Amino acid sequence: MTDLVAYILTGLGIGAGFALVGSGIVMIYRVTRVVNFAQGAFAVLAAMTASTLLAANLPHGVAEILAVAVAAGTGLLVGAVAIGKPGTTPGASLIITLGLGVFAYAVEVLVWGDQPRSFPGVPGAIDIGDSRVPAHYLLIIGVTVPVFVALAVFFARTDLGKALSACASNRYAARVVGISVTRMGLLSFAFGGALGGLAGVLVTPVQQVTFDTDVTLIVNGFAAAILGGLTRPAVTLAGGLLLGVGQTMIAGYIGGAYQTEVTLLLMLSVMIVQAARRSTLQEESA
Amino acid sequence: MADQLIVVDDLVVRYGTATALDGVNLTVGAGELVTLIGPNGAGKSTLVNTLSGIVAPAAGTITVRGRLAHVPEGREVFPDLTVDDNLRLGGWRNGRRGRDTSRIYEILPGLVRVRKQRAGLLSGGQQQMVAVGRALMARPDVLMIDELSLGLAPIVVTELVAHLRELNAEHGLAVLLIEQNARLALGLCSRAYVLEAGRVVLEGPAGEVAASPRVAAAYLGGGVSAP
Repeated sequence: MTDLVAYILTGLGIGAGFALVGSGIVMIYRVTRVVNFAQGAFAVLAAMTASTLLAANLPHGVAEILAVAVAAGTGLLVGAVAIGKPGTTPGASLIITLGLGVFAYAVEVLVWGDQPRSFPGVPGAIDIGDSRVPAHYLLIIGVTVPVFVALAVFFARTDLGKALSACASNRYAARVVGISVTRMGLLSFAFGGALGGLAGVLVTPVQQVTFDTDVTLIVNGFAAAILGGLTRPAVTLAGGLLLGVGQTMIAGYIGGAYQTEVTLLLMLSVMIVQAARRSTLQEESA
Repeated sequence: MADQLIVVDDLVVRYGTATALDGVNLTVGAGELVTLIGPNGAGKSTLVNTLSGIVAPAAGTITVRGRLAHVPEGREVFPDLTVDDNLRLGGWRNGRRGRDTSRIYEILPGLVRVRKQRAGLLSGGQQQMVAVGRALMARPDVLMIDELSLGLAPIVVTELVAHLRELNAEHGLAVLLIEQNARLALGLCSRAYVLEAGRVVLEGPAGEVAASPRVAAAYLGGGVSAP
């Protein structure tokens, strides 16, 4: 029983990272209709940047915030390349983000090498019966939940948030009232970069990061995002947490070798169910 | 010409190789009610979209004095946002202070009841009210309406027309109206343009345009019907 509590706490911590990456994907997709495959790279880049800044004796907090800012700037840059040219279709933009994600590997290997990197997080551990859970997992959860609350408030209460939602709701109408759809798209990429970067700096102390860690993050983040049909941040949060807890339990009770496969299987099932439901709807409306 | 709000001079718009507008001239004066009639595909929506800055002209000039607001064809509300948020975003260009929606509820009291509802769930008539209210949020000098009556019940159209007359009389709002129902349009407006295949084929006071055999036959259902 105490194992279960420990697995759930650990799983929530890992899942929070997936949820942050996933919500970045959702944020960008809603506004631009582009699935951003460079999303995992934001996390890796921020993690690497934080490790360098911490090694240069910057204090905790400052280093992480700067790293998230770098990720946000990178997001803006990726957005500018992916959607900056008028008339670029979402499909073409998707391929551009995929290319930029691979390009990020080269930059990361060049700057930081190909060895795993990490940095210390919150020290200590909490004892739950016989199990010990690193206290850092609580920090991950403690940061992620307020971030999601802040995002919800931002979209519900501010005009800028509403303008972003307006682009998601009806792009043509957004242009009619004078909202620059491209500028909002770039803003969503910056947000996506920040969310991905936050996932990177939060998760790195408990999970080492290498240049290709983005694959794990993007697969799980995408799976979480798919649960919400790529458009619902709240479902993405729930999906990410569920994936994290589920994987931790499978790793704990069965073995850790199949985590990604389980995620992929889940994602595939969700997509098949959604596709089946959609075609049924189309038949009914036809 | 000092009181002209919109002056369109020899405007050409192309979509790829297709020419949508071919040398169009048009003016809208302060407080004027102007209608633009013509068959589907004549380029009416293109003209309004170009004035709105959504479509780029290939040649010609557009001079705009004052503010334009656009009620697009098919209403085009933000379906997932509340009525109130739809209205607020209509004032997007005006900055924070220009986004107070209370004035719109005074002009269109029918929207008060549904202000917290999602716009996509409203009836067509209510959505058209939202689209008009959203455009009025921009505090326009000219309201460009692309299809006012299309798909709406006659009683709703009557109400909308009454609102337009009131806005024109009390606030001096000029209107550029695209309308399928030529009888309605020519009755409401003082001046008319007839657009066919990207060219203005007829223009003048609404009464004269309505009296022309060409318009009577093609748009008002009188005389010999076109083959």
